[in-house]
Amino acid sequence: MTHERSPHAAPRLIQGNEACALGALRAGCTFYAGYPITPASEIMETLARRLPAVGGVFIQMEDEIGALAAVIGAAWTGAKAMTATSGPGFSLMQENLGYAAMTQTPCVIVDSQRAGPSTGLPTLTSQGDVMQARWGTHGDRAALVLTASSVRDVYQMTVTAFNLSERHRLPAVLLLDATLSHMRENVVLPEVQVENRRAPASVEGFEPFAGAEFLPFGAGARIVVTGLAHQASGRPAASDGAGAERMLLHALADVETDPGVFLHRVDETDDAELVILAYGITARAARAAMRLLREEGVHAGLLELQTLWPFPESLVARLAEHTGALLVPELNLGQLVLPVRAAAAGRARVVPLNRADGVLFSPEEIARAARRVLTGREAVHA
Amino acid sequence: MPNTGQDLRKYLRVEMMPNVWCPGCGHGNISRAVATAMESMALDPDQVVLVGGIGCAGRTPFYMNTHAMHTTHGRALAYATGIKLAKPSLTVIAVLGDGDALAIGGNHFLHACRRNIDITAVIYNNGIYGMTGGQAAPTTPEGFRSATTSLGNIEPPFDIVSLALAAGATYVARTTTFDAREMPALIEAAIRHRGLSVVEILTQCPTFYGRMNRLGDASQMLDYERDITMPLVELTRDEVARGLPIGVFRDEVKPEYVERYQALVQRAVRGDDA
Repeated sequence: MTHERSPHAAPRLIQGNEACALGALRAGCTFYAGYPITPASEIMETLARRLPAVGGVFIQMEDEIGALAAVIGAAWTGAKAMTATSGPGFSLMQENLGYAAMTQTPCVIVDSQRAGPSTGLPTLTSQGDVMQARWGTHGDRAALVLTASSVRDVYQMTVTAFNLSERHRLPAVLLLDATLSHMRENVVLPEVQVENRRAPASVEGFEPFAGAEFLPFGAGARIVVTGLAHQASGRPAASDGAGAERMLLHALADVETDPGVFLHRVDETDDAELVILAYGITARAARAAMRLLREEGVHAGLLELQTLWPFPESLVARLAEHTGALLVPELNLGQLVLPVRAAAAGRARVVPLNRADGVLFSPEEIARAARRVLTGREAVHA
Repeated sequence: MPNTGQDLRKYLRVEMMPNVWCPGCGHGNISRAVATAMESMALDPDQVVLVGGIGCAGRTPFYMNTHAMHTTHGRALAYATGIKLAKPSLTVIAVLGDGDALAIGGNHFLHACRRNIDITAVIYNNGIYGMTGGQAAPTTPEGFRSATTSLGNIEPPFDIVSLALAAGATYVARTTTFDAREMPALIEAAIRHRGLSVVEILTQCPTFYGRMNRLGDASQMLDYERDITMPLVELTRDEVARGLPIGVFRDEVKPEYVERYQALVQRAVRGDDA
């Protein structure tokens, strides 16, 4: 059986992980390094079959540390490169994720979340890696963390992860989960735009860390890449704290001032007395819950965050001004609710709804929580 | 024979000097040998990537006028694998310390050897963690003192050559900084070899290893290297090795990983496996 690289006009049944692999190919990914892990393995298996046929590279490495290392190495030869894993592997990747951030390396890391910590509940779903995706590596850094809530979305957001990674020269993390990875939906793959990293106008005097422009190894400018703090030239500057802070703030500003980074979907929020703020797989149940509530005459709305980090602080702050309460369902014990609460800053009530038992929320469960909030009988969570 | 006395500056990033290494350290000698090998081969510095890990040896790429990737601790060979596989036309040389290559990076070392990917791994073996202040390494001999073995090391050391041979490296050599004149030729042969090459070079750390084990200054440590090693020869049944053998332990042609992968791509593109 062969698949077309370009989107199909006719719908077909695709698994979430397969959609991720197809999105990567569509984005121009030519290098994949990985290590087997449930529930992400089908991404690797699909690319192991598909990459050789397009002249790309697939390699199964000895562990997830080596997988991300190989990806970063490949990225510096000019390749669009990615890896995919789940919690235990994502933990191992934190070291080299920090290296990718420090060296402004475009690459994509997919984390299909399963319930942890440790080996945890390997086949059960979770949204427990939201904070790890932001803060898992040591030190401060600019982060780019995206999510998806349908199989079609997985395809689209994989392309977007590559695009934003290329545009801002950052490692992009795409958070999936066990359910979405293994779910099959009938999908018409959307048309997408593909972005590529920008080459400098001239090789002469090129400084690899002066901005978003990029030259790979072997292209005429001698490149120095290091995880040490460094100058724009790449030369290490391991004692220049002020310079390192300046470079960090520049990287943060670069991504946070791009309005194209803050992807989200709003639904029925204009008149909403309560907005459900959800992301990833939970956004599906949240949308259904919002419809249930609307049918009952409750003015409920939905904000689905597709980009979690950088956190869309002003978006949430504006929303908090115009609604009474924000209900935040998450398949963890309350992670994204923390920046939501900070952004709302008391302008709206922020109520978490959590479960960490590997089971999805049902729409009714979220709707019930919303009714409790509106009648002032919500359970108070830590 | 490599040229000597030639202008190595084409291969050295002079503006990055002076280097971080202590007076008497052997790392500069090894780095010079790497540069000499590149010069002898007339490699285009723009088509060479030096990949280093963390530690004293890992700093080498900064001083070479090639592309330089100073990576994370122990991971240099995994980064090098990605570079070589994604762009096979590049010459990829990994410069590793003994702790970097065999403790934290042991797994990557074994698997790089097993794959027989065309990368040259030069291992600067000073038997100690120098950058962090002289702690024991997986190469520190039994009984030797370090900042973490003040009563003498009770762990047996790894034999890097035996490990590389067992793991499948197809070019394996060992020498010392005492044998400085032989170093460039061994490194050149390793770079020319198509496959995973390991060149272990015993080198002196007078600051920690030498001082803590009363081996004297750098020149006395070079004599010590001479005294504890012997040329690799076939020993008869009755003979006992008088020291650690040095020389070329393996130089054989076996299918190389990138070539095998490219053959697989050819098959896939033709649709043989469809």
